Amino acid sequence: MRTARKHILALLAAGALAAGLAGCAAGTPGAAGTASNSNSSAGASETRTLSGAITVYAAASLKSTFTKLASDFEAKNPGTKITLNFAGSSDLVTQITQGAPADVFASADTKNMAKLTDAELIDGAPANFATNVLEIAVPPSNPASISSFADLAKPGVKVVVCAPQVPCGAAAETVEKATGTTLAPVSEESSVTDVLGKVTSGEADAGLVYVTDVKNAGDKVEGIPFAESDQAVNTYPIATVGTSKNKELAAAFIAAVTGSEGKTVLSDAGFGTP
Amino acid sequence: MHRRSGTGYTGIPAWIYAIAAAGALFVLLPLVAMVARVNWSEFIPLITSESSLTALGLSLRTSAASTASCIVLGVPLALILARSPFPGQRLLRAFVLLPLVLPPVVGGIALLYTFGRQGLLGKSLELAGIQIAFSTTAVVLAQTYVALPFLVVSLEGALRTAGNKYEAVAATLGARPGTVLRRVTIPLVLPGLASGAVLSFARSLGEFGATLTFAGSLQGVTRTLPLEIYLQRETDADAAVALSLLLVAVAVAVVGLSYRRPRLGVAPEGALR
Repeated sequence: MRTARKHILALLAAGALAAGLAGCAAGTPGAAGTASNSNSSAGASETRTLSGAITVYAAASLKSTFTKLASDFEAKNPGTKITLNFAGSSDLVTQITQGAPADVFASADTKNMAKLTDAELIDGAPANFATNVLEIAVPPSNPASISSFADLAKPGVKVVVCAPQVPCGAAAETVEKATGTTLAPVSEESSVTDVLGKVTSGEADAGLVYVTDVKNAGDKVEGIPFAESDQAVNTYPIATVGTSKNKELAAAFIAAVTGSEGKTVLSDAGFGTP
Repeated sequence: MHRRSGTGYTGIPAWIYAIAAAGALFVLLPLVAMVARVNWSEFIPLITSESSLTALGLSLRTSAASTASCIVLGVPLALILARSPFPGQRLLRAFVLLPLVLPPVVGGIALLYTFGRQGLLGKSLELAGIQIAFSTTAVVLAQTYVALPFLVVSLEGALRTAGNKYEAVAATLGARPGTVLRRVTIPLVLPGLASGAVLSFARSLGEFGATLTFAGSLQGVTRTLPLEIYLQRETDADAAVALSLLLVAVAVAVVGLSYRRPRLGVAPEGALR
């Protein structure tokens, strides 16, 4: 009993020391890098420094990649717990603004991240870690024989897009303007998931979603890349939320996402590098 | 049902009032919180914007159409469930009431696999030149699906409370079943039918999940007021709150008007058991 208490005291002391050290380090430029350096040089103390739990609020399109990154991270750092919450970026922004206990926020676009930085709810500058572009998704049989972006404007083709109010819809609008093609969608959905649902169920002949969504849907849809997609590149930023109680762990997780292993997982899922 | 009515005896322990007050607060407080968030200086422009008015108009039209469908389909169902016992009646009632407890998204998925282009009936309908996907008809179907149980429950309750004494008398006097239905049964349960219709209308007005899943979202065609609110919330919280208040106001007006009527014959509380 007594020894156990001693252990805990020692751990607490080590933790406080490490936190103090990192606090000093945070003053220097490239805080995240310095922190991870000191971790690796300290060797055994790494697991002591990284303990506790954080909650990561991430855009819905990051579900499969962040689930993998978080479980990898937990395996590498025993004693840490990453809780994930996925939803539309603007939903997450609303929740964080209303005081939701998020430690890290990963947005599907810079606009939603800007809402939080403008409200001074973010610690430091967000780091861009991935990009995503649009792709045409069609049912596997491709009933309307779509092969290019211009085909989407053919009469009788049932196209579903995101509404201009959401990031994927704004991207679709940008591509339309850039190509001079005007689409007459049969529906403007509120999320990529809803667009994809209309395509997989065969209700729509084609939908505009992200490359990563097509990849994630497997053989339920066929993806048709188009050159004009580079007109609207979505950038994903990640940052520590100002009210986080475990900024150490938050910074370490962000370092894992922006680092080499994060890049591998993200590019496997179809994301580009910023 | 009302054993104590008429005696003047209330017999409610004091602590019940405290919990009832908490319950009332639980329902009212979110509404108050929403009203407090309304940006009043922008309120009128927000609710009279073109997209808002289009969505409101579509909501009112589709809800009216759904209520009509509910009456056409629901009155016979309620009559059968209340008046003629038959094997499997309880099972039928359970299935008719299913949309009440089903998450609307599930209803939407079920409708999709029925009336969608690849659906059970959708393929034949498409061959016949009828396309339901992404049309206003799809919105009405979704609303009717979720609102029908409200009408059936209300009317069945009213029918059971009214009993069949008058109908039996009319029949012994030589009235045919059709005449009994038209001249005795329906007039007798009219208040119950009215309250059922109002509930169906209110439910249709608030329909969101099944519509989003099944009908899609396009201004003027399928984007009803709840879908417009959901979309506006992405960019303009003020507009979303203003439209929410508008929806609440319409719903309160509809429900409030119908329950203030003088209660003749079967009172709505009989219907709402």
